[in-house]
Amino acid sequence: MKILVCISKTPDTTSKIAFTDGNKKFDEAGVQWIINPYDEWYSLVRAIELKEKDASVTIHLVTVGGADCDPIIRKALALGGDEAIRVNADSTDSYFIAAQIADVAKKGGYDLIFTGKEAIDYNGSSIGGMVAELVDAPYISLATLFELNGTTATITREIEGGEEVAEVSLPVVVSCQKGVAEQRIPNMRGIMAARTKPLQVVEPVAADNLTSVVNFELPPAKAGVKLVDADNVAELVRLLHEEAKVI
Amino acid sequence: MSVLIFVDQTENHIKKASYEVLTYGAQVAKQMGTTAEALVLGTVNDDLASLGKYGITKVHQVANESLNHVDSQLYAKVIAEAVTASGANVLIFSHNQTGKAVAARVAARLKAGIVTGACALPDTSNGFVVRKTVFSGKAYANVSINSPVKIISLNPNSYQTVAGQGTAEVSALNVPLDASKVKVTAVNKVSGEVPLTEADVVVSGGRGLKGPENWGVLLDLAKELHAATACSRPVGDAHWRPHHEHVGQTGVQVAPNLYIALGISGAIQHLAGVNRSKVIVVINKDPEAPFFKAADYGIVGDLFEVVPKLTEEIRKMKASA
Ligand SMILES: Cc1cc2nc3c(=O)[nH]c(=O)nc-3n(C[C@H](O)[C@H](O)[C@H](O)COP(=O)(O)OP(=O)(O)OC[C@H]3O[C@@H](n4cnc5c(N)ncnc54)[C@H](O)[C@@H]3O)c2cc1C
Repeated sequence: MKILVCISKTPDTTSKIAFTDGNKKFDEAGVQWIINPYDEWYSLVRAIELKEKDASVTIHLVTVGGADCDPIIRKALALGGDEAIRVNADSTDSYFIAAQIADVAKKGGYDLIFTGKEAIDYNGSSIGGMVAELVDAPYISLATLFELNGTTATITREIEGGEEVAEVSLPVVVSCQKGVAEQRIPNMRGIMAARTKPLQVVEPVAADNLTSVVNFELPPAKAGVKLVDADNVAELVRLLHEEAKVI
Repeated sequence: MSVLIFVDQTENHIKKASYEVLTYGAQVAKQMGTTAEALVLGTVNDDLASLGKYGITKVHQVANESLNHVDSQLYAKVIAEAVTASGANVLIFSHNQTGKAVAARVAARLKAGIVTGACALPDTSNGFVVRKTVFSGKAYANVSINSPVKIISLNPNSYQTVAGQGTAEVSALNVPLDASKVKVTAVNKVSGEVPLTEADVVVSGGRGLKGPENWGVLLDLAKELHAATACSRPVGDAHWRPHHEHVGQTGVQVAPNLYIALGISGAIQHLAGVNRSKVIVVINKDPEAPFFKAADYGIVGDLFEVVPKLTEEIRKMKASA
């Protein structure tokens, strides 16, 4: 049983969002980098749980990015991945990234591919679906529960106003979110072991970039809050009705 | 050349988010000097010809019951066929749960560039540039799509739905279907509640409510406003509320017309899930709570005193209206 977990490097959730280079680049000054929380807390931890139940499971991690991703991958290895593959390429185009992961996936012959529901920087929610299409596997998005019974997965996913439970035979691609697993902290043993786990760097396969970022913008600042006295709740209702027209 | 809009349905009815993308897609078509067509998968009870009201000239329907559940693999094949059959060069989805399952798959299948989480009409004056939210709503990126077929997945609640006059031609599309590899065994809908991502008004509670037993004041207000209910992450983590109510950077992202936050401090990760709301009201007893900086209206006070009064005043206002 082989699991591929997609890992992406994102700025810490408290990072100040600013841009440089004529608003063409994210300002990395002072930014702390983390494993995308959905990748770490949900997909990776669920893969580790499956391995804890069944020692024959191997977990490979894949990331598409430059050498600056290595500390993030080491951290993921410290949590519990067995081996990592970094495709040495920089791109913001989801098709290009998915094509790289699909290539790794095809060569590795995985039974299960996990992604996070989205990366918290680019908010694409695209990689899982694209990889699934490129490897011609079913794709279950926004999973909140994942159970495995032999080669059949039972997956609960979010749909509008509720959830849907489905059974699917492996191989399958799953995008994970809250509910699938609980966050873990790497321990010292894991951190030591991660140093010697294989991290293979491969060059990208040819693939088109179908999109490109022209520039970034920050939203206009809010005008400022209008405070209403706690003894005058009627005034708030009036403002919401007459001024904001939202009730 | 045409714009094709994917119409999402649930339980044989067209979803609210679909009317938004139909209006949006019709405007994109107008801008490009072409026609807007719609694609409906599965069986629906609504009158499809009436989609003409949103500016649609033609509705393609693959009325096969096996498409009433979303299997992204089947959907991607069928939608890609429809794009080819209709000669569309722009395809539009809502970035809702179905859009997240399907749109990117279709993009890979057609080798079409995609922008998900779009929040404005594309700029077609020089190329095809779409604005999207990034960094969980803290910024925008203007992204150029460089492929012949272009796909946009529009953030729900980011374009004003407008209905006018008109009747669309409805035509059946025959696409051979594979057997689904996904066997749906249960669908559990939260009944009687407004779905969070579709709601016009959201009332959300944080740790300031002190415990699940105190949710009554919040639920009363939500009921009065026909609002969906939400919560902060610690509230979901502590199982005071079901985890699908958790909004924020690592939860659901919402963009209602009105977001009312009760006893929520307004941590940056929480704001990331709600900052696209049109109007934010904050009720918090701490005047220094960071949420006030992101709010449009606020009351500094004890929510247990303020909220029942608020519910009562809204009731009064509605009675007099
Ligand atoms: C990586 C990461 C991701 C995260 N993702 C999310 C996320 O997606 N969503 C999210 O919500 N959080 C998220 N968090 C957690 C976030 O940082 C905050 O801890 C959390 O939002 C705080 O929840 P709260 O506002 O309910 O509680 P608190 O911060 O404890 O705030 C409670 C508020 O209630 C007020 N209050 C208390 N009593 C009353 C009263 N009687 N009347 C009125 N007001 C009262 C207090 O003044 C206070 O402001 C994340 C954190 C991290 C590190």
